Amino acid sequence: MGILEVKNLSMTLGDKRILNDLSIDFWEGHVHAIVGPNGAGKSTLASTIMGLQGYRDFEGDIILDGESISLLKVDDRAQKGISLGWQEPARFEGLSVKSFLKASSKNVSDDMINEAMSFVGLNPEEYLDRKVDKTLSGGERKRIELASLLIMQPKIVLLDEPDSGIDVEALDRIFDAIQLLKQRGATVILITHSIAVLKQAEHAFLMCHGAIVDKGGVGKIIKYFENKCIPCGHKNVPGFEEIE
Amino acid sequence: MKNNSVVADELYRTLQLTDNALQDPDIAHLVVNHNNVVGSHLVPGLEVEVDELDNGIQMLLRIKEGIKVMKPIHLCFGMLPENGLQEINLTIDIQSGARASVLAHCTFPNAVEVIHKMDAAITIGEGAEYIYTERHVHSSTGGIQVLPKSRVHLGKGARFKTDFELLQGRVGSINIDYETICEAYSVLEMNARINGTHDDRINIRETGHLNGEYSRGVLTSRIAVRGNAVAEVYNELTASAPYAVGHVDCKEIVQDNGIAQAIPIVRVNNPKAHVTHEAAIGSVDNKQLETLMSRGLSEDDAVDLIIQGLLS
Repeated sequence: MGILEVKNLSMTLGDKRILNDLSIDFWEGHVHAIVGPNGAGKSTLASTIMGLQGYRDFEGDIILDGESISLLKVDDRAQKGISLGWQEPARFEGLSVKSFLKASSKNVSDDMINEAMSFVGLNPEEYLDRKVDKTLSGGERKRIELASLLIMQPKIVLLDEPDSGIDVEALDRIFDAIQLLKQRGATVILITHSIAVLKQAEHAFLMCHGAIVDKGGVGKIIKYFENKCIPCGHKNVPGFEEIE
Repeated sequence: MKNNSVVADELYRTLQLTDNALQDPDIAHLVVNHNNVVGSHLVPGLEVEVDELDNGIQMLLRIKEGIKVMKPIHLCFGMLPENGLQEINLTIDIQSGARASVLAHCTFPNAVEVIHKMDAAITIGEGAEYIYTERHVHSSTGGIQVLPKSRVHLGKGARFKTDFELLQGRVGSINIDYETICEAYSVLEMNARINGTHDDRINIRETGHLNGEYSRGVLTSRIAVRGNAVAEVYNELTASAPYAVGHVDCKEIVQDNGIAQAIPIVRVNNPKAHVTHEAAIGSVDNKQLETLMSRGLSEDDAVDLIIQGLLS
């Protein structure tokens, strides 16, 4: 039994079935990757686990530490230890980086803030008084968001496309942060279609049309990228055939 | 009866400032309680003439040509009593090439039924610069009406920036009315940040006339209304000369039963001028809200932090 279990999750948005009887277990303290083509439902799964608005009407159950969290609001889920790094982090007009980071934990010290910022490769002296607004690039906001997760130290971290907008030089910082989260005991769930990100994981799940179509070690799932999903035997409809 | 210095200190303490500008010999100040000047200090190049009226003061503040007053001039207008009317009639004359900034503290910490009226005529000479920051401290009852009105003229190449902020207490009723005429190459920037709660009433009317070539202007409003508060923001910017450029930017956050209205008017009378506007009214952005909630903040705390940022 995993620390986080998703059981028979189905969700329809409009007239499109986005998640299709999806079940998945995440193991405590491990790094997992969920990969798949655009539109597979990866981000929808992350949003549903986090309980975001528009993703609360589903069939199935989400269980954390043996307890259903399906009816809990975002902040209640966060207080139980789940948090999310967005594919494109929000902008906050007028809110300083420091104030944003302080919101990540009730017991945050200046040292913790400085350490987290340095870890993601941003100089605290240069950034803490800046605003989390359009004056920061998407990559900078992404790293600041990751710093906030390092400060928060949730039990379960969902990272949606953690490398999007990140330049090559900073990518190692992002990967180091992922490993630091793991070292500190977090269960990490990476949503990605990047091989480099996938390689950070210990377990991988291949998702297509709202369902898990394969799972296993990274070496196995990486073939999906090499073969552009050709080995996946489903026919792109809900209720797909078993993979070969 | 309290002597003047005791009243001045009492008014100044309500501002909860960490410094004490009243003690600094390099900082000019004027402290007015109702219609009494209870403290003042001038610096070279600054002229101040004050007449006490029945319910306030009439004041001329002049910075002589070419003089640059490096530290902000502190003006403290306030009333310690719970009730009353305070009228401030200001003439500000920033002469050519001069520079000054004024920090106006308007403090009404005990107001139950107070009216604070300000009527200002501001002239900023050629190449001069004037920064006016108005910070208010009100009581928690909302029993105050604030009625600031200014007519501003910017000479060629002059710069004028104004910020209005409510630091503490409830708005009550506020009605800001600023009109500015900008000559060639001048720069105008007007900012208002106000947080309305309960049954507060916020009316902002800011008008800019970019009459001179290459003049520039930005009108910015950041308003939050919660409870039963109502806000109306009227921003008007007219560009009438070649290469005059302006922008109107209004954001209002509405929570609870609050009502917000924005009326941006942009007008261009010259084919080589350009004015833009953006206005956004609505609830707190959901992505911002859920980002903060996903860090464990309650919805209320997340809204407070977002509004705090918007108004900062």
